[in-house]
Amino acid sequence: MSSRCRARLAALAALALLSACDREERQSRAQPVPETLPTPRQSILQPGVPARTAADPRARAYENNSYQMSQGQLLYQKMNCSGCHAHGGGGMGPALSDAEWRYGGSMEEIVATIDQGRPNGMPSWRGKLTEQQMWQLAAYVRSLSAQPRQDVLSSRPDAPSSTEPATLQSRQPVVPSSPAGVQGTSR
Amino acid sequence: MKKQRLVAMLAAAAALLVISAIAIIVVRSRAPQPVAQAPLTPYAGSSGAVTARSVGDGDDGQWTMAAKNFASTRFSTATEINTANVSRLKVAFTFSTGVAKGHEAAPLVVGGTMYIVAPFPNNVYALDLTKPGAPTKWTYKPRPLSAAQGVACCDVVNRGAAYANGRIFFNTLDNRTIALDAATGKELWQTKLGEINLGETMTMAPLVAEGKVIVGNSGGELGVRGWLAALDADSGKIAWRAYATGPDKDVLIGNGYHPFYAMDRGRDLGVTTWPPEAWKQGGGNAWGWVSYDPKTRLVFYGTGNPGPWNPEQRPGDNKFTTGVFARDIDTGAARWYYQTSPHDLFDHDSVNEQILLDMPVKGRMREVMVRPERNGYFYVMDRGTGEVLSATPFGHVTAYKGVDLKSGRLIPNPAMEPREGQVVRGICPSAPGMKDWNPAAFSPLTGLVYIPHNNLCMDWGSYEASYIAGTPYVGADVKYYAGPGGNRGVFTAWDPVRGRPVWEIKEDLPVWSGALTTAGGLVFYGTMDGWFKAVDQRSGKLLWQFKTGSGIIGQPISYRGPDGHQYVAVLAGVGGWPGAIVSNNLNTADATAANGWGVAMADLPQKTTAGGMLYVFSLSR
Repeated sequence: MSSRCRARLAALAALALLSACDREERQSRAQPVPETLPTPRQSILQPGVPARTAADPRARAYENNSYQMSQGQLLYQKMNCSGCHAHGGGGMGPALSDAEWRYGGSMEEIVATIDQGRPNGMPSWRGKLTEQQMWQLAAYVRSLSAQPRQDVLSSRPDAPSSTEPATLQSRQPVVPSSPAGVQGTSR
Repeated sequence: MKKQRLVAMLAAAAALLVISAIAIIVVRSRAPQPVAQAPLTPYAGSSGAVTARSVGDGDDGQWTMAAKNFASTRFSTATEINTANVSRLKVAFTFSTGVAKGHEAAPLVVGGTMYIVAPFPNNVYALDLTKPGAPTKWTYKPRPLSAAQGVACCDVVNRGAAYANGRIFFNTLDNRTIALDAATGKELWQTKLGEINLGETMTMAPLVAEGKVIVGNSGGELGVRGWLAALDADSGKIAWRAYATGPDKDVLIGNGYHPFYAMDRGRDLGVTTWPPEAWKQGGGNAWGWVSYDPKTRLVFYGTGNPGPWNPEQRPGDNKFTTGVFARDIDTGAARWYYQTSPHDLFDHDSVNEQILLDMPVKGRMREVMVRPERNGYFYVMDRGTGEVLSATPFGHVTAYKGVDLKSGRLIPNPAMEPREGQVVRGICPSAPGMKDWNPAAFSPLTGLVYIPHNNLCMDWGSYEASYIAGTPYVGADVKYYAGPGGNRGVFTAWDPVRGRPVWEIKEDLPVWSGALTTAGGLVFYGTMDGWFKAVDQRSGKLLWQFKTGSGIIGQPISYRGPDGHQYVAVLAGVGGWPGAIVSNNLNTADATAANGWGVAMADLPQKTTAGGMLYVFSLSR
């Protein structure tokens, strides 16, 4: 057996092994989800007994899904998010790859920020992006601080200049500016 | 380069020898009361350039416009603080603006009052200089729309106000020009000139002349169509508005338009030098400096970069972006135009100051304007015709091969031209240019221009930008870094007559502050880590420095206080385009943060913190 043949066999075996790995689940057909967008609280202060809010099921579905994330990456560039937030480092807008989140760093909160806009210059994209696109963007935005699982992070930077792939970035802690105790969506 | 420096040093040494051999005659303004100054005597060894005689060096001890006078010399005739005693300079008083964003403004001084316009939210403060500690006389809050912050390309800066006829004029980030009663702070009128939803903002300092307030818009990074407007100083009514792109009637080009070079002549060039409709989001914003020649009644200013940065999306010369206009102040009609960077490749705006000088060119005195341009060339131009008399690089240039004085055309280096999908490396100067907005100063004593500037190169990767009104329209991932020598900034004393540096000071960080010259033989500037410096105009020797609380990107001024003594004032408060790394708390792990400053400014957060503060200095007594 030639060495080349052996190498090929080894590669095939590796592929077979990989196919047995637990890949992220991707729904080929979207399941019906609630029509309304989440409106997360913007303060951790809740007079009286804090109410418990259930997490939006879409947060999980989008966040740890590399397809949605790479769709988000595409949108991030095409819709000019990168114009203000650069490749996470920020500019006109705040950095997205650090540990600070002015309006919360959970999936729901990021979607709400994209949808509603924020008073100090973040535009409201309602009516310009679909809900699905907002969730995809949120998934990508969280990947800028390497929040999602390493195996679903994008290793392919779309930008022509030398930006570091998300898989090589150090994980930033999510600092909740709101609401109480939310550390991302992977609860 | 080395040889050039050696020659420069020798020249400086020779000049020093000559000067020390003779007594220096300087005029001391003993009387605290108005005007009356003897004419200035230039130092022996002066370059021969003088302030435009149609403007002159007349100085009443006040500082009524950002650039000091219509010629934009930033030269104060005060001599109380000079090379001999500047080491005794001490803080006289301070004032906090309470804003932690970039402070690029020049304070104004009129009579016994100092006026400051702060960055967004653009509060205006009047400080009473007649009382100890200069307490606040009045405050005016224009309350600009909060969302305006989201469309300001390079931090929420303001470059200052202007004073004329008992009124203070200034611009707000949300596109209003406002006139205040200088005595009471009462609003007299306000005119809305632009729309933040289109990405428009206003950051420049107005110029007031002949009863007109000249203002322009910002937004070259958001595909905003640039304009310069003249408002009636009494009523705020728009007298004229000249766009930088579009048909001739919008650009106010008519029969009186006589550009010097063939490349700038033609019909509706603001349309035909663009792909169809692209001029509508073509940039060319007048966000920089305006000068005025009362003799010819011409207003001079430059236009900004075309949009988007990605040059492949806009084949053509992209008139009338990145060029210089001369316009009639009464009608706005263009007299001439010269495009410094046809089909701009690198965000090399032409908005830098034009200093109006009279100087010998080939043995003949010419009425010129000098422009230390962002593209790296120091232009000497005939201000009557727009002819380029010389264009000499004042730093390391790889992006271009020179300026063809015959056709007037800048010659790009084909090896450095951006192409979509590839990264071009080693482009010098970088997008912020050899020198950005921060204005140089001229000294009629030495005849030199003192240029605070950058020594930066860059890597550039283009991609297709989508135009979405009110969002960035750039299409380039860029990364800046220090040029040859490793220093990111330089402070250069430039001989405009001989076209060469006389001395230069290497600064670690980019120099983003303005410069100030005084008849005391001093030149002042600040650094982004907060050192405010006084340097000898002739030798470049550092004579005094003071560490302020935050990086300096403001414009220093000098005035005679109500007590008759000379003061020097500057706003500290890091920010602006490079300083946004600190003032916007950006993440420098991303090289493209702040449109390319990420890596270049990675050390800035360790060197300074944000916070706006006015510092006023005088001699200790």
